[in-house]
Amino acid sequence: MKDPIDVHLLDETVEFSLADLCRICGVHERLVVDIVEEGVVEPRGEVGEWRFTGIAVTRVQRVLRLQDEFEVNLAGAALALELLEEIERLRRGGR
Amino acid sequence: MEFKDYYEIMGVARDASSDEIKRAYRRLARKFHPDVSKEKDAEARFKEVGEAYEVLRDPEKRAAYDQLGRRPAGEEFRPPPNWNFEFEGEDRPGEHSDFFDQLFGGLGGLRGGAGRAGRGGFQRRGFDTHAQVDITLEEAFHGTTRTLSLQRVERKDGKLEPRVQQLQVKIPAGVVDGQQIRVAAQGEPGAGGEAAGDLFLQLRLLPHQFFRVDGRDIWLDLPVTPWEAALGETVRVPTLAGRVDLKIPKGSQTDRQLRLKERGLPGRPPGDQFVVLKIVVPAADSEAREALYKQMAATMAMNPRAAMEGGR
Repeated sequence: MKDPIDVHLLDETVEFSLADLCRICGVHERLVVDIVEEGVVEPRGEVGEWRFTGIAVTRVQRVLRLQDEFEVNLAGAALALELLEEIERLRRGGR
Repeated sequence: MEFKDYYEIMGVARDASSDEIKRAYRRLARKFHPDVSKEKDAEARFKEVGEAYEVLRDPEKRAAYDQLGRRPAGEEFRPPPNWNFEFEGEDRPGEHSDFFDQLFGGLGGLRGGAGRAGRGGFQRRGFDTHAQVDITLEEAFHGTTRTLSLQRVERKDGKLEPRVQQLQVKIPAGVVDGQQIRVAAQGEPGAGGEAAGDLFLQLRLLPHQFFRVDGRDIWLDLPVTPWEAALGETVRVPTLAGRVDLKIPKGSQTDRQLRLKERGLPGRPPGDQFVVLKIVVPAADSEAREALYKQMAATMAMNPRAAMEGGR
């Protein structure tokens, strides 16, 4: 028997714990802590009770892909991510 | 099955050094990586380049590939009968071309995708899969549903069999560009009793004829006449929810921004719509109109460049 399909919009209204985020992104907690320290995602709440939005999932995945596939360090990947997001915003005609 | 010219794909000579190949890969990866590329077929090209690099970077695979000799790309191809290569690595169905799978047994390494969860070992969670879904701005505003056809590869009696699965996904109102939808356990199946990976759908907002989008805010350039701007008038303005009346303040100039509160994409909080006035000047294409402009020049003499003058 098949479970019903479980669909979540990863927007800023959903919240995940650190453990959830690690499970969804398939990464170790230590790596998420590094990513937080790099300022790529900003959890809500105190250390130990961090909560992440759905947007964080996308950013963690993207920064890790950039890091992996261009073999840059986390700081470099974070910089690339920010520049990419800025370009995407400008291309869409935002201000 | 079509022959693939990996040297041509990477734009390197057949005797290129491993350093040259690496440099070519880096350059092409920056050009076609789906995260950074603006090329239309970026994802397909990135996979192709990744596959070519996977073969050419590995001396063993490269030597095996070179044995095949040079053939025109796209030529019908069968591996030679004595072809027998075994390569270590993880099986990642659907990642490679048939050409690659035939030659290297579908046992490639990992390129592309986001298979981070538990590499190696017989027990591992299935790989996550990623797909892009294009939606119009109207669909983002009202919400929509999409039926996705997913290419599945299933293991049956030790053999891989393709299967197409239909999946209906509801996209709620108020999604923004780049946002993802996670469809739990609809990625690739796990191995050794582990869970399946997830399917991630990245939403991409298609460009709109009139509206521009910044997060949940909508921007609209609104052409107005000089007298509408000067005298102040109420005009009809399109929004995603239909037309609304907008009062242009008296004495407006071009580029003046007016805000229609909460007329952007829905959300908590909803976005706004910003209207940017663009004054359109009528042509002086008759004597009467020309006379009118001359009268304006006489009655309303002004120097809009005053701030630029007076210096050097």
